[in-house]
Amino acid sequence: MISIRDVHKSYGTVEVLSGCSTEVKKGEVIVVCGPSGSGKSTLIKCVNGLEPIQSGEIVVDGISVAARRTNLPKLRARVGMVFQHFDLFPHLKVIDNLTLAQRKVLGRREEEARARAFSLLDRVGLREHAHKHPGELSGGQQQRVAIARSLALDPICMLFDEPTSALDPEMINEVLDVMVALARDGMTMIVVTHEMGFARRVAHRIVFMDRGKIVEDAPTADFFAAPKTDRARQFLSKILQH
Amino acid sequence: MYQLDWSSIPGALPFLWQGMKISLEITLVAIAAGIFWGTILALMRLSPVRALSLLATGYVSLFRSIPLVMVLLWFFLVVPTLLRDVLGLSHATDLRLASAMVGFALFEAAYYSEIMRAGIQSVSRGQAQAALALGMRPLQAMWLVVLPQAFRNMLPLLLTQAIILFQDTSLVYVSALADFFGAAYKVGDRDGRLVEMLLFAGAVYFVICSAASFAVRRFQRRLAA
Repeated sequence: MISIRDVHKSYGTVEVLSGCSTEVKKGEVIVVCGPSGSGKSTLIKCVNGLEPIQSGEIVVDGISVAARRTNLPKLRARVGMVFQHFDLFPHLKVIDNLTLAQRKVLGRREEEARARAFSLLDRVGLREHAHKHPGELSGGQQQRVAIARSLALDPICMLFDEPTSALDPEMINEVLDVMVALARDGMTMIVVTHEMGFARRVAHRIVFMDRGKIVEDAPTADFFAAPKTDRARQFLSKILQH
Repeated sequence: MYQLDWSSIPGALPFLWQGMKISLEITLVAIAAGIFWGTILALMRLSPVRALSLLATGYVSLFRSIPLVMVLLWFFLVVPTLLRDVLGLSHATDLRLASAMVGFALFEAAYYSEIMRAGIQSVSRGQAQAALALGMRPLQAMWLVVLPQAFRNMLPLLLTQAIILFQDTSLVYVSALADFFGAAYKVGDRDGRLVEMLLFAGAVYFVICSAASFAVRRFQRRLAA
């Protein structure tokens, strides 16, 4: 469903992605990990064209992201994305955060959009907060709303950019639970995260990145049992130490 | 010793009120049109299209570098002739009010655009990115997500600028248009009581503007709370 082929990207003279390639099949969950500054976030932002690429190709559901004729807004509406800092719209109530793009991008009618929004708020357990503003919610609740906001557009796949990195420890699990349920439902997901417990539980494959390169791309069990590269071994031993 | 004599004020109040209505009319139109055009200028200035950005920068620095009273005079001289030619109006039609509004709106837009530019930049980049990720087109993201927040962040500054604008409307006296200040001047001149009338007019401006500033400050505190 998502195919990333020899992608290069640089900011000025600094190359942040150098020749990344991987494939994600329908229903697969991929966890992307690696040290900070390794290009993980940049890579998934290239998947929905938020970041342009200099060379290579990214194809999502048969559509080439970087092609000039591609209608990027239309493609992005089908690719959900959840950000580290939630980025809910603070001037809108929770319910309006969920209906805005449904109405303005998909052209759904108000009642239809609200019905979809409420069913998703039920799913993330936040129906009773529908009429609050995002600022009145905890970080974990905000991130669940953000996930619901993306799902409201009925995306064919979801991208998660460090969805729990900005959360207090006691709120991480409520967000991960939502993501686990989503994965079990068969959603195609690319997740950038340091949560190795989550990776072990739901990821089909782990993509390990270092300095703009994908240095390891292996089934989850293989990756944790026997990482092939020294760099991945070091990384794992550091984050699994405690 | 000069004896102050306030007796000509009560009789002149209806005329002064007519003037005040003109002042308020110009202020409101200039605020609305100025913010609208100013926002467009701010968007042009922040646009990746270099030509648009240069055009807006040029416009803003031009209007910020010439005195308002001169802009108004130009408009009094140019706009009426232009409108008469375009719309085929007779020379009897009084277009001074219309040209004052146009002049103020164009001038204030330069200031409002700087406020809106700061406002747009005060909204975190993540907001626009989240909107784009949901499939919005760039202008949609700007209109539905960024501008409402920019506007709210900048509301105190926009209101403060509106108060300054209200005071500046007194400059329309150069066209002999009877706004509040012009009306007060005319009455004072007619009755030989210029000092009293100007003191009175000053007091009225002071009361209105300081009350408005006070309200803005309270509003700002509530916003921050």
